[in-house]
Amino acid sequence: MSKYAPKLSELKKEFDEKPTVLKGDYSPQEWWERPVEFRDGNWCFSGKPEVLQDLGFANPRKWAATDDDWQLPPGWQKTISEGLQSRLKKYRSLKLFLDACVRCGACADKCHFFLGTGDPKNMPVVRAELLRSVYRNDFPLVEKILKGFSGSRKLTEAVIKEWHMYFHQCTECRRCSVFCPFGIDTAEITMMVRELLNLIGVNNNWILAPVSNCNRTGNHLGIEPHTFVQNINSLVEDIEDLTGVAVEPTFNRKGAEVLFITPSGDVFGDPGVYTMMGYLLLFHHIGLDYTISTYASEGGNFGMFTSNDMMKKLNAKMYHEAKRLGVKWLLGGECGHMWRVVHQYMNTMNGPADFLEVPVSPITGTRFSNAAATKMVHIAEFTADLIHNKKLKLDPKRNDHLRTTFHDSCNVARGMGMFEEPRSILRNVCNSFHEMAEDTIREKTFCCGSGSGLNAEEYMEIRMRGGFPRANAVKQVKDRHKVNSLVTICAIDRASLPPLMNYWNPGVSVYGLHELVGNALVMQGEKKRTTDLRENAMAGFEDGGDDEE
Amino acid sequence: MKKVLMPLVMVAILALIPFVGVQYAGLSYLFGVIIPFAAIVVLLAGFLLRMADWMRRPVPFRIPTTCGQEKSLDWIKYDRLESPAHFWEAVARVLSEVFFFRSLFRNTRAELHKDANLAYGSHKWLWLGGLAFHWSLLIIVLRHSRFFFVMVPGFTDFLDHADGFLDVTLPTFYITDAVVLAAITFLVLRRLMDAKMRLISLQTDYFPLFLIAAIVVVGVLMRYVVRLNIMPVKDQMLRLVNFSFDAPGEIGTLFYVHLFLVSVLAIYFPFSKLMHAGAIFLSPTRNLSNNSRQKRHINPWNSAIKFRTYSEYEDDYREKMKKANLPIEKQ
Repeated sequence: MSKYAPKLSELKKEFDEKPTVLKGDYSPQEWWERPVEFRDGNWCFSGKPEVLQDLGFANPRKWAATDDDWQLPPGWQKTISEGLQSRLKKYRSLKLFLDACVRCGACADKCHFFLGTGDPKNMPVVRAELLRSVYRNDFPLVEKILKGFSGSRKLTEAVIKEWHMYFHQCTECRRCSVFCPFGIDTAEITMMVRELLNLIGVNNNWILAPVSNCNRTGNHLGIEPHTFVQNINSLVEDIEDLTGVAVEPTFNRKGAEVLFITPSGDVFGDPGVYTMMGYLLLFHHIGLDYTISTYASEGGNFGMFTSNDMMKKLNAKMYHEAKRLGVKWLLGGECGHMWRVVHQYMNTMNGPADFLEVPVSPITGTRFSNAAATKMVHIAEFTADLIHNKKLKLDPKRNDHLRTTFHDSCNVARGMGMFEEPRSILRNVCNSFHEMAEDTIREKTFCCGSGSGLNAEEYMEIRMRGGFPRANAVKQVKDRHKVNSLVTICAIDRASLPPLMNYWNPGVSVYGLHELVGNALVMQGEKKRTTDLRENAMAGFEDGGDDEE
Repeated sequence: MKKVLMPLVMVAILALIPFVGVQYAGLSYLFGVIIPFAAIVVLLAGFLLRMADWMRRPVPFRIPTTCGQEKSLDWIKYDRLESPAHFWEAVARVLSEVFFFRSLFRNTRAELHKDANLAYGSHKWLWLGGLAFHWSLLIIVLRHSRFFFVMVPGFTDFLDHADGFLDVTLPTFYITDAVVLAAITFLVLRRLMDAKMRLISLQTDYFPLFLIAAIVVVGVLMRYVVRLNIMPVKDQMLRLVNFSFDAPGEIGTLFYVHLFLVSVLAIYFPFSKLMHAGAIFLSPTRNLSNNSRQKRHINPWNSAIKFRTYSEYEDDYREKMKKANLPIEKQ
């Protein structure tokens, strides 16, 4: 296990013994009196100077959150306060969310970081108060007369440290906003505060390095075009070894009907690559006329965790490339925050995409009128439609070695409303699917604990704590239904849930939905398959076994 | 518990001011005419200005929190209320929040049990308490309209009748009086008893609760205990709504306390969290339809951003792309 996380037994002991506000501890200490302490496992390494220089970001320097002096730039208070003012003018959401809260407490125990740390500053209401208390300081007169009445405070370096800690213990998952009677969305506040912090060089290298990479090479992992192609081609070879079928993806091909974009984690990371193999098999199976771009080779967008301008800058490549290649429409892979950007921001920021056509499935003829303006379809919508129209030859028995449950990814759930499409696919490609507890799925789903750019190794303790509610819900179906497979439609999930499962629920593996599709697809001309895409033996398909219907 | 005591003391002092002012200084004109008028002006102007202040700020992105199935494929039923695809569905969603506190109805309570196990239970007390509080207040305010019309409007009579159906006292006991006091007690107690609530509560959270409680208690005293003569009260209220600034007649001091506390509440309203009453209509996570892929949402300040174009990319990687047999634009 990571040296940045406590042993599971130690953490469980802490959960049992340490009094926290979650367990009803009435400490008289107010939240603003509680100190902020950075130590191993609870901060992400700071942005490297060369990364900041590359992006033209403020205050490049070597520093660590554990330093006493953060070397903030001269006049940083003014930068923050003017930055806040200008954002209040540009975003009704920010202003309204700072003004409207009545501290009813409905959100208090909804945050996965609060449930995993018991830290009162992780209650969404208090997280927002961290900013609100400074924002309220705009009315110094009232405050002077009634000291302490409205709970305002001055902007000090201690506040900046607190912001850095707690706005990086928010994954912008929006679960609190589901329960808020006014829909106050902490994600919106976290996004704004992270923008402000970037203005003074308070940052996270695990976010900024991918942003810089993505800008330069087209993807977060910094994969250059030839390596990108090489990697997919090695997956093509693996597919041929396993199935005997030669799939033929094309790259940067002009005139293709569809441009397919997926997170680069699917091209490079384990277990994302198996999901990629699933896509390739599917496209081959239906004979889709598609191409993959090495320039727009990233579905994800860490700009979203940096600033809105950066989000727009990185996202612009999608339409730019679609136009250059002359495709008709875009198809997007399995990813969480990518789809928040594509669904709620892309067309507003970088549209109108009037050079594209309203997406129509060339196989079923279904017109995706829900994507009529953005012209980008989610792979789960696309595949669900194929299955519904019986265009796929599937053998769900090939997934009989997997007993699955489905993890709704935050952004797809609460920023898009996609619940049934992936489920309908899952039910058709496997025979064992058990839902987790009702309060932990769909719009109430729990984050993996590592979203919004917090997937860093050195952040392991916070990640294991933040992922605890998700892991705990998985544990229940593992105990009750012997679930051994956690299926998701998010690349960050595929990267972050395996260590989470190892920590809390050893024996549960993490799968992309289209990996299971790939397992189940009966390809034309395939050889006898005995293993799944991971080369794990499938149940009932052993050599010599009877695998015919 | 300074955060609780301070607001309590403030409300007590506020209640004493008109008592002393009218009883001993004879300032009935100030408390019966000037302050109520000023308060109404501040409330109306303040409320409208705050709303205008929010509304003049743009909504750059379409960011509904989707709490139900999106509209996508024809054969998948979408959730019209929680993932509205059309304007009117979004209106219905907002109204369901305004009238029924729909999101609060979802509320759960998380508990951490032995050996790191989390349990969630339905927890509708806040929803129930909040609903009881707000609806009672609304009915009480509407009932008061009898003081502002010469001829009592029909709906007021109806409300009176419905609210007083128990008919156990003379004058008729209003259920809402009891409900609102019970609800306030609950809302205060939960802030004190629950560790999380105690921690997040500020003085500004206790103050309006205590203030409203004081208004109700004084009102109840006037109606059931001190038995104020209401004819001069009605005369005075009619004068106010007719913009007549004549001095009030002979009314018991308690009435001035009631009226002054209401005036304080009205003045406090636009400057405080009580503006949630207006904000709930404007929340972009609730009042927008989830159709941003179907119809382009316009951001009035869409910033001009220079991004790295394909040709810049190709310039950097041309040789490597050639070696990988990737098509290129320029040789």
